[in-house]
Amino acid sequence: MPAVQETVERVKAIDVDQYKYGFETIIETDKAPKGLSEEIVRFISAKKGEPAWMTEWRLDAYQRWLTMREPKWARVDYPPIDYQDAYYYAAPKRLAGPETLDDVDPEILKTYEKLGIPLREQEILAGVKTSRVAVDAVFDSVSVATTFKAELAKAGVIFCPISEAIREHPELVKKYLGSVVPVTDNFFATLNSAVFTDGSFVYVPPGVRCPMELSTYFRINERNTGQFERTLIIADKGSYVSYLEGCTAPQRDENQLHAAVVELIALDDAEIKYSTVQNWYPGDAQGRGGIFNFVTKRGDCRGARSKISWTQVETGSAITWKYPSCILRGDGSSGEFYSIAISNGRQQVDSGTKMIHLGKNTASRIISKGIAAGRSDNTYRGLVSAHRKASGARNFTNCDSLLIGDGCGAHTVPYIESKNASAVFEHEATTSKISDDQMFYCLQRGLSSEEAVALIVNGFVKDVLQQLPMEFAVEAQKLISISLEGSVG
Amino acid sequence: MLEIRNLVVDIEDKRILNGLDLTVNTGEVAAIMGPNGSGKSTLSYVIAGKEDYTVVDGEILLDGESILELEPFERAAKGVFLAFQYPLEIPGVGTMTFLKAALNAQRKARGEAELTTPDLMRRVKAAATKLAIDPEMLKRPLNVGFSGGEKKRMEILQMALLEPSLCILDETDSGLDIDALKIVADGVNALRAPDRSSLVITHYQRLLDYIVPDTVHVMANGRVVRSGGKELAIELEANGYADYRQQAA
Amino acid sequence: MTAELSIIRTAAETELIERFSHVRPVLPGDGVVKRLRDEAFALFTASGLPHRRIEEWKYTDLRAFMRDAPPLALKPEGEAAARLLGQAPPLGDLATPQLTFANGHLVAAPSDLAGIEIVPLADALASGHPLTARMAGLEIARGNTALALNTAFMADGAIVHVRREAGAARLELRFVNGAAQSFATSPRLFIVVDDGAELDLVETHQGPDGLAYQVNSAVEIVAGAAARVSHVRVNDEGLGALAVSTLTVALGAGTDFKSFALTKGASVARHQIFLGCAGENATIALGGATMLRGRQHADTTLLLDHAVPHCTSRELFKTVVDDEAVGVFQGKIIVRPHAQKSDGRMMSAALLLSEGGTMNNKPELEIFADDVQCAHGATCGALDDDLLFYLMARGLPRPEAEALMVEAFLGEPLEFVVRDDVRDALAGLAATWLSERR
Repeated sequence: MPAVQETVERVKAIDVDQYKYGFETIIETDKAPKGLSEEIVRFISAKKGEPAWMTEWRLDAYQRWLTMREPKWARVDYPPIDYQDAYYYAAPKRLAGPETLDDVDPEILKTYEKLGIPLREQEILAGVKTSRVAVDAVFDSVSVATTFKAELAKAGVIFCPISEAIREHPELVKKYLGSVVPVTDNFFATLNSAVFTDGSFVYVPPGVRCPMELSTYFRINERNTGQFERTLIIADKGSYVSYLEGCTAPQRDENQLHAAVVELIALDDAEIKYSTVQNWYPGDAQGRGGIFNFVTKRGDCRGARSKISWTQVETGSAITWKYPSCILRGDGSSGEFYSIAISNGRQQVDSGTKMIHLGKNTASRIISKGIAAGRSDNTYRGLVSAHRKASGARNFTNCDSLLIGDGCGAHTVPYIESKNASAVFEHEATTSKISDDQMFYCLQRGLSSEEAVALIVNGFVKDVLQQLPMEFAVEAQKLISISLEGSVG
Repeated sequence: MLEIRNLVVDIEDKRILNGLDLTVNTGEVAAIMGPNGSGKSTLSYVIAGKEDYTVVDGEILLDGESILELEPFERAAKGVFLAFQYPLEIPGVGTMTFLKAALNAQRKARGEAELTTPDLMRRVKAAATKLAIDPEMLKRPLNVGFSGGEKKRMEILQMALLEPSLCILDETDSGLDIDALKIVADGVNALRAPDRSSLVITHYQRLLDYIVPDTVHVMANGRVVRSGGKELAIELEANGYADYRQQAA
Repeated sequence: MTAELSIIRTAAETELIERFSHVRPVLPGDGVVKRLRDEAFALFTASGLPHRRIEEWKYTDLRAFMRDAPPLALKPEGEAAARLLGQAPPLGDLATPQLTFANGHLVAAPSDLAGIEIVPLADALASGHPLTARMAGLEIARGNTALALNTAFMADGAIVHVRREAGAARLELRFVNGAAQSFATSPRLFIVVDDGAELDLVETHQGPDGLAYQVNSAVEIVAGAAARVSHVRVNDEGLGALAVSTLTVALGAGTDFKSFALTKGASVARHQIFLGCAGENATIALGGATMLRGRQHADTTLLLDHAVPHCTSRELFKTVVDDEAVGVFQGKIIVRPHAQKSDGRMMSAALLLSEGGTMNNKPELEIFADDVQCAHGATCGALDDDLLFYLMARGLPRPEAEALMVEAFLGEPLEFVVRDDVRDALAGLAATWLSERR
């Protein structure tokens, strides 16, 4: 871990309560009127220039949403959300379909620069990074830039904003949208289906190994705005793609809703690796403000021997409610879930995964590392199930929780359901703290308390960090230390 | 130079050290011997600054300055190094990572420039070779799955890299076979220097055959009850601690 | 838009409500006891029978399982009672002072045990025995509907008070069920073990196959400081029975508590354990072995509350599922704020012997203190093919090889049983079950 030293400096340089990405970009915005109604749904659809079938799809979702209730089963607690008191569409004004980056508001480009996400390809090429990453930048409700599109197109890979895909590739969108997360899957997914504004679309054709990492960077900027992005990734037979997702938002004392839906489809022998570094604004030490991150992510291993791997580093948001899952439908398919969830201050995390074994000889692996500090609550909730026909299914689950301080809570709620005798499931979970002796040992070698905690925690989460692409791993490691700032006396 | 005056230490209201006096001059290797329960390990922890101990009275001076108010990492930066009797395992943290973090933290505290990774690698490899440490071990998480002997050698490796001014070796010989003991002793002897003091804590005289001390102090009942030259260790080996136990009781 | 649905009661729920209003005036006890019953029944009327949308009953939908509410059993008299008691006890004759219950009614009890007071529950409730004021006292069990129904309908059972001078006391609670017609019964035991006292308790439940009867039993144990209690429970109910049982345990400082449950009977069984540590340094061991076949459904649900520091608990539950049976294990360890140095380890292992079996495992940790050591594990799978092959290669026919492996699998939690004779008898029951495998 070469970044430890850097991490440690970063931690030192930052005051308690200092969220690095808390700044706001001042730009003119085009907004829909506040509130949610059929008109707003039509407004969004019209803004996106969508075909009629898409408008109908949204309206159908909206009608169904009206009959649904917010789920209450998670171990999270928040005041009622007034769904009429938010904006469902906000877009930077100077954005009548930017043809090149020169058309993008320079303030936005500056924002992404400040966030460390260069959007100009030549800058990326000139940069020190040896590997290149194609980025789709989503600012509030719209995608502002997608890099390396041309080069990707050469390989046959489609990487574009989903609004563009709806117009340009309707046959693919029609076939796959809502096929993994049905419109009525859950309250937040249904809401998303009605009002989603943008997100990324990826299609990798048969046999193609995507030539570079794909990435979407989500930024909520506007006040009182919800963000509802929709991501759809299809890996056709024998293809491979690695996709990264990052998120930040300004520091505000109000709660903002983020209800995304991500659908992954892997056909025969295809592999999708999906990594998230979630760093939405977590609220302040008293629990004021912060993002409500209510997200539905699901992958469908539709084809034989397909593979979907989720890796997440969750450090942000006031409340996190997400369960990136795998439906292991294809025979011999496999799913993985690697998670680091860190909560500090008054954050609440209820996260985990579902591994649903339907096909024969399917395998899944879950490694979850939860770290609770401050007065936060951190829950792992997971389902592993083998259906009647899932002969030879295998699961290994390891959930470890680390508590830092005596004001926090760490909980583990696994559901393990087997209907097949030849399925072998193993689950283990532990809860512990950083031992006084370990701390003293590090201090004796000259590390300060915070350096020692950062080091030990980085060791605790190493199995998961190793799953991240290199650039993200370094970033994630820094983030972990920053998130635990102020957790030791 | 280490100077301890009238040190009284409790742990959970139980008295462990009871008016201990000890002076270790610069460049000197002092051995602390004594029966089990005489407070030897407590002494090493208190010098290093472990939290669980309450210093009721007395003073610990390093080069004339009191270190009692300092945090453990501040003492480390001042050159105090404790080779643990039971080195801790830190899962997931690579040995090299740990060495670099510790070394640079101390260098920074002393206002020295940080080491570059290649420079560090060179130093670590050189030290590792001397201690017969398999380079593969450096790739593994610190102390995780190491044998007792490997852990002890890793402690000496850290000591060599951190170049402390006061080395405290807490029962470093325990759990070592004779070959490992020789390697460890050679490592310690190589670090002997005019500007470095050492405190070698041991129950058995055996270690002192290999690390020949300048002075020997006998502890009993939380105090140094007798001091002398290296011949004192040989006398203890012959007669045992029985006399001192009685004295203590 | 989101109009509340009006509660539609099932036939069983309606019958229970009617029954309660009928029997309430004649159930023993007044004043305090009546209030206790009313409060408990109010919980039921508010929530109905627990169903799968209630998290704690997710895998055992009592509302669906309990189709009707048969009439309350009367105390068998004369020849009927003699016939009942003539059945062979599941663990054989243990030569232990025995409280005998026929269809939930106390029919025989030892009267001359030094240091042990035994009062029939009906008498205790009617006369306002001082210990009745301490019943239904465990906070974590209070919202449980099954226990509440027992409290509302409890008509018989016993209060047992074990004093220190009883020495290493032994008792057997023998529940025998059987009648020509379907019936329901809610026996209740309230057992107080004084500071420093010792009790070894064996509890067996049996009944005839082919009769749809319902038992909702509850055993409450309150153990004082430095008490030692070991408890063994055997469910050998008839295969038509619906058997819900609750064990609540309140432990004082430095107590040693062990409980082991063997479950092989009933069509639907739910055994729930609520255990609270009220004093520091308690040591707890909970074990279980469940053997299911046909279409049996058995659920073990436990809630362990480390409310104070320095308590240690070990839980080991094994489930063997054959045919189309369904096994459920739900275990939750709570460590409250400030309950530092809690040490809890829970393991649930299941063996599926057939294509059609199901096992649902939900081991939970809920931790609010940082200086703790808690872990849980759960496994589920079939017999190890390699081992099976090894045994067969050594000449064991498949059924015998399988039986040997299953026996070894079930044997581990039996270590929690203190009495050698009881452990042997339990192992015998398991062996018999295995020999009956087709």
